[in-house]
Amino acid sequence: MDLQLLTYIVVGLTFALYIGIAIWARAGTTSEFYVAGGGIGPVQNGMATAADWMSAASFISMAGMIAFMGYGGSVFLMGWTGGYVILAMLLAPYLRKYGKFTVPEFIGDRYYSRTARAVAVFCLIVCSLTYVIGQMKGVGVAFSRFLEVDYATGLYVGMLIVFFYAVVGGMKGITYTQIAQYCVLITAYTIPAIFISLQLTGNPVPQLGLGSTLSGSDTYLLDKLDQIVTDLGFREYTTDVRLSGLNMFAFTLSLMIGTAGLPHVIIRFFTVRRVRDARISAGWALLFIAILYTTAPAVAGMARLNFMQTLAPAAGEPLAIDERPQWFRNWEKTGLLAFEDKNADGRIQYSADESVNEMTRVDQDIMVLANPEIAQLPNWVIALVAAGGLAAALSTAAGLLLAIASAISHDLLKGIFMPRITERQELLASRVAMALAIVGAGYLGLNPPGFAAGTVALAFGLAASSLFPALMMGIFSFRVNREGAIAGMLCGIGATLFYVFQHKGFMFIPGTAFLGDLPPNWFLGIEPNAFGAVGAVLNFCVAFTVSRLTAVPPIAVRELVERIRLPDHAPAAHDLELVIHDEPTGR
Amino acid sequence: MAQRPESRATQYWKRNLALMLRLLLIWFVVSFGCGILLFDFLNQFRIGGYKLGFWFAQQGSIYVFVLLIFYYARKMAALDAEFHVDDD
Repeated sequence: MDLQLLTYIVVGLTFALYIGIAIWARAGTTSEFYVAGGGIGPVQNGMATAADWMSAASFISMAGMIAFMGYGGSVFLMGWTGGYVILAMLLAPYLRKYGKFTVPEFIGDRYYSRTARAVAVFCLIVCSLTYVIGQMKGVGVAFSRFLEVDYATGLYVGMLIVFFYAVVGGMKGITYTQIAQYCVLITAYTIPAIFISLQLTGNPVPQLGLGSTLSGSDTYLLDKLDQIVTDLGFREYTTDVRLSGLNMFAFTLSLMIGTAGLPHVIIRFFTVRRVRDARISAGWALLFIAILYTTAPAVAGMARLNFMQTLAPAAGEPLAIDERPQWFRNWEKTGLLAFEDKNADGRIQYSADESVNEMTRVDQDIMVLANPEIAQLPNWVIALVAAGGLAAALSTAAGLLLAIASAISHDLLKGIFMPRITERQELLASRVAMALAIVGAGYLGLNPPGFAAGTVALAFGLAASSLFPALMMGIFSFRVNREGAIAGMLCGIGATLFYVFQHKGFMFIPGTAFLGDLPPNWFLGIEPNAFGAVGAVLNFCVAFTVSRLTAVPPIAVRELVERIRLPDHAPAAHDLELVIHDEPTGR
Repeated sequence: MAQRPESRATQYWKRNLALMLRLLLIWFVVSFGCGILLFDFLNQFRIGGYKLGFWFAQQGSIYVFVLLIFYYARKMAALDAEFHVDDD
């Protein structure tokens, strides 16, 4: 069957499934809208969390980035998984025990201050919005390649679908949709990886294949890869340090504490029944995530090898332009792959040396998307990858939009400005907020600040420097008070934003970067995306110092902290509602 | 809360912290330690085609993370039961 048609069918079927689930499990109360009524099982929640959190960046961009960064790309692998260890031990159980709807709500209560709550809402919106841009770009890329519509149209279609099911479903619809999306995306990710691993090494397990010898030879795959990239002047794959050890350390730490501090991940743990479920659910989430995250480095290494071997079929003999394969031509149409025969020899020289390199554009994002074509896998696998990429982007976008919408409707409107609104009005407000967030994200998706995962990495830095320290100190310290928390959050996110803007441009508008994006100007050689760790340290220091100099928190706060440290008598989310409703559908 | 002696709650919290610190030490060693700080040193060893430091950075640390969380959840469930603070 024609690939185009097949892709439309597969993508269409998955969309129909998501929308069907969203309608079947639509939210009728605010409890259902914000925390799915609080009755999700730990394994189900783990699966939904995995989809919520594995974004277009994980699915589309990550393996591509690792493919071109080699060892340096490990920061994403360790950073985006190690954060769950911190989340499971330092935050999730206690925030579940506290048992309300949003992250700013906890900060507002713990620091007995509406200002603290408002600052938390601001931090949440800044990092979630930054994050959503990456998803929008992912949707645009997937649509433009696989359904052959242009990037902007792809983006609009994506916005429309997210709009539909995030608005109707709320957390309850999103949870069940995410479970389906996890199944789609993990299948779409592992199947091509298994095929490629089999082709290259004869071992069907990609995690083992990457450490195996190439079929029909005694050479290890990674050794071959190291040799072929260094031949063309690139740095050795397995030892290519990203800038410096210190930078990698800071980057990994930023991503880890950012993962633990991202509101859309944290609120997923509000949906389980007991504190104990929150702990084990984090384990399930990471297990489901690890399936993709340990496959990704194999995909990266193998895709890079295939790509290099296409461009340099034999040593000293670059690919002839007339002989370039069909997938190469397909991706040229999207503009993500481009070459220019500078020396007019009819061949494409690919080299690390810019003066002779003729591959003028190699977008890292295409590595995963083009992988099945490069490996000449059947059409249905390619169609599946398209559906998987869209599932990853849509599930994360929905989770983020929910976090943004609930912060606006529950924390700002209900919590601060209009405490008297009814539940029905609050539900409506959250849906309106969601619509506005989608439009904002769509605009930024059309003017994207860098490739998808680069933007996402920044969101982690912002979460790491603002929300994570405030949450952690709120649980582990009795002494940190209102003044300390507010000053800490503002300094943390302020310093991180300032650092990023001065190097990347104000709001990423090109030309407004006043220090230029130049490594010599970087603080201790730490790149902007990795600065969240420094911002977090600053946040902790400021919060402790200011707290020491100001009044001790009230006794009620001490009791709150003592209470959340013990797992018994966790309030069920639906007990918080005075609304009486029938047994909800979908349980 | 009121009828439970304060010291029991404190004991529970201290046991939790001790367990947490031990596990976070492992968390630090496998990722920041083996994957970054000791990377060059470990690369002289190999697991199959993987250099060991590279393996920790791209595979091994992730497997350990998963085990750590399940271990913590199990230990804490036992601790909850011991202190009668499990939520059933």
